[in-house]
Amino acid sequence: MSLLLETRKLLKQFGAFRAVDQVDFRVQEGEVLALIGSNGAGKTTLVNLISGLLRADGGEIIFRGQDVTAQSVHERIAAGIARSFQLVNLFDQLSALDNVALAIFSRQGKTRKLFSLAEADRPVWQEAMDILHLFRMEAKARILAGGLSQGERKLLDVAIAYALKPKLLFLDEPTSGVGTREKAPIMDTISSVVRSERISAAIIEHDMDVVFSYADRIVAMHQGTILADGTPDEIRRDQRVLTTLIGTPEARA
Amino acid sequence: MSTVTTIALEHRSPLRTLGWAGPALVILLALPWVTEPYQTILLAYGLVMGIAALGFNLLLGYTGLLSFGHSAYFGVGAYSVAFMVKYLGVTSMELFLAGSVVACMIVTAVFGFACVRYTRIFFGILTMALSQVLWSLAFKFFWVTGGTDGLRVPTPTLLGFITGKGDKIAFLATAYYYYVLGVFVLCVAVMWVIVNSPFGRALQAIRDNEVRAEFVGIQIRQYRWVAFLVSGVFTGLAGALWVPLNGLTTPDIMHWTFSGEIVFMTVLGGFRSFTGPIVGAIVFNYLKTYAIGYTVYWQGLLGLVLVILVLSLPTGIVGMVERLWARWRAK
Repeated sequence: MSLLLETRKLLKQFGAFRAVDQVDFRVQEGEVLALIGSNGAGKTTLVNLISGLLRADGGEIIFRGQDVTAQSVHERIAAGIARSFQLVNLFDQLSALDNVALAIFSRQGKTRKLFSLAEADRPVWQEAMDILHLFRMEAKARILAGGLSQGERKLLDVAIAYALKPKLLFLDEPTSGVGTREKAPIMDTISSVVRSERISAAIIEHDMDVVFSYADRIVAMHQGTILADGTPDEIRRDQRVLTTLIGTPEARA
Repeated sequence: MSTVTTIALEHRSPLRTLGWAGPALVILLALPWVTEPYQTILLAYGLVMGIAALGFNLLLGYTGLLSFGHSAYFGVGAYSVAFMVKYLGVTSMELFLAGSVVACMIVTAVFGFACVRYTRIFFGILTMALSQVLWSLAFKFFWVTGGTDGLRVPTPTLLGFITGKGDKIAFLATAYYYYVLGVFVLCVAVMWVIVNSPFGRALQAIRDNEVRAEFVGIQIRQYRWVAFLVSGVFTGLAGALWVPLNGLTTPDIMHWTFSGEIVFMTVLGGFRSFTGPIVGAIVFNYLKTYAIGYTVYWQGLLGLVLVILVLSLPTGIVGMVERLWARWRAK
């Protein structure tokens, strides 16, 4: 495995509060890792910094050997960094199919075309339909995104990010806000897509069952720093993680 | 897979618009033969306003930006024509259109650059403020613009050989009407392609969700700026077509109240649909003309109509017709 992404002493401050405090974070090519930690640990801020939603106050972000710290969101997407959102972010008045197609048009640089009909571009619609199929949503293709169920919205959010053909995909709580029974199917779908395409994925997740069953590696954050980093087995046995994040086995039960 | 895609494509609404376009065009073509010149000229005004509202709605309906300064671009189009007559002695309508498009591109490029940094009310206020600057220039620099007297524009030469010498009314009601109709059809076709292009989709995405649009790789400000440019040029083109009809351009077409009329037309017709602004502009043109003939308090009457329409038809005339049509078909 080779190194895909590396942050060096990445820093983000809100006033005196250090949301991300000199974090060295790495993602290898093709791995699925989970970012865990309590609320306010800095997971989402870290993802926001790497994806470009927030500007870093210090440190560097190196993606595939290139310093992307000063790059705009659109440059980072072109480089291969995509993300989904914790609070679903969709184009509610466009159909599910349109949502995915838009990402494809954008990826291909076609959204700069004013004088061609989007409808006429069959390969794009075919690809959009194929992607919905991968995410088991082809039956919902024509439904407006605003009218989908929460679980479907979550999947569509990931499908849009996937349609950008990223090398690194950040998923911010892909199963939050959906029923317990819906969680496993959603994670199965995402996991099978990501693994079959060998996309590196970093998943922020609170549900420990999800984390331990789907991740190759777990990075635990606490108060803006990385507390522990290892395989699920190592993390399961890590005393600091147990006491600060998960709680004692008795407390969990 | 491919069958699923086909169904998806057939159910997409834009192609349906073309089904309406044919019959509508036949009516518009036949009209000069069946009505008086006055009615034809009145409709020509409506079509011109339709182009202005169509341009305006690229920003409101498709990009989610409410401009309160589109009178500026209408005015730039109109005054470019008047200046070309006054200072260059031009009479060709094609040169008028070309000149006003160039002038509008320059003005909207600069104004747009400033305005697209903001959204919502801030965008609206800034567009309005900038348009008021142009209005005050037209108003105060009377040695250039004629001030409130305005500038006269004689009937132009169409396509290099059709002139209005002789009967001006007949010229406006036939040759010029068809000229306006031709430009109108062209504008509608071009705008239809633009809103259905990948670029048009990107604008709708920006309207729906700015953050996510950015995270599919769309550079929001650039796209808004291009939309602003296209929108302003369409409205400016309408201004250029309007001047020969009116024979005169005065500063009041630059005033923000005229921007308000463009907003009114668009909301009246329905800003959520492609045809809404066109229908709204034509209907508004009739409403205003008859309201003025009916009472000196016509603004009050129009205001009342707007209040009632917004309360009872939030989706505009076209939105209501679509709903009634859907209900009728469901039976």
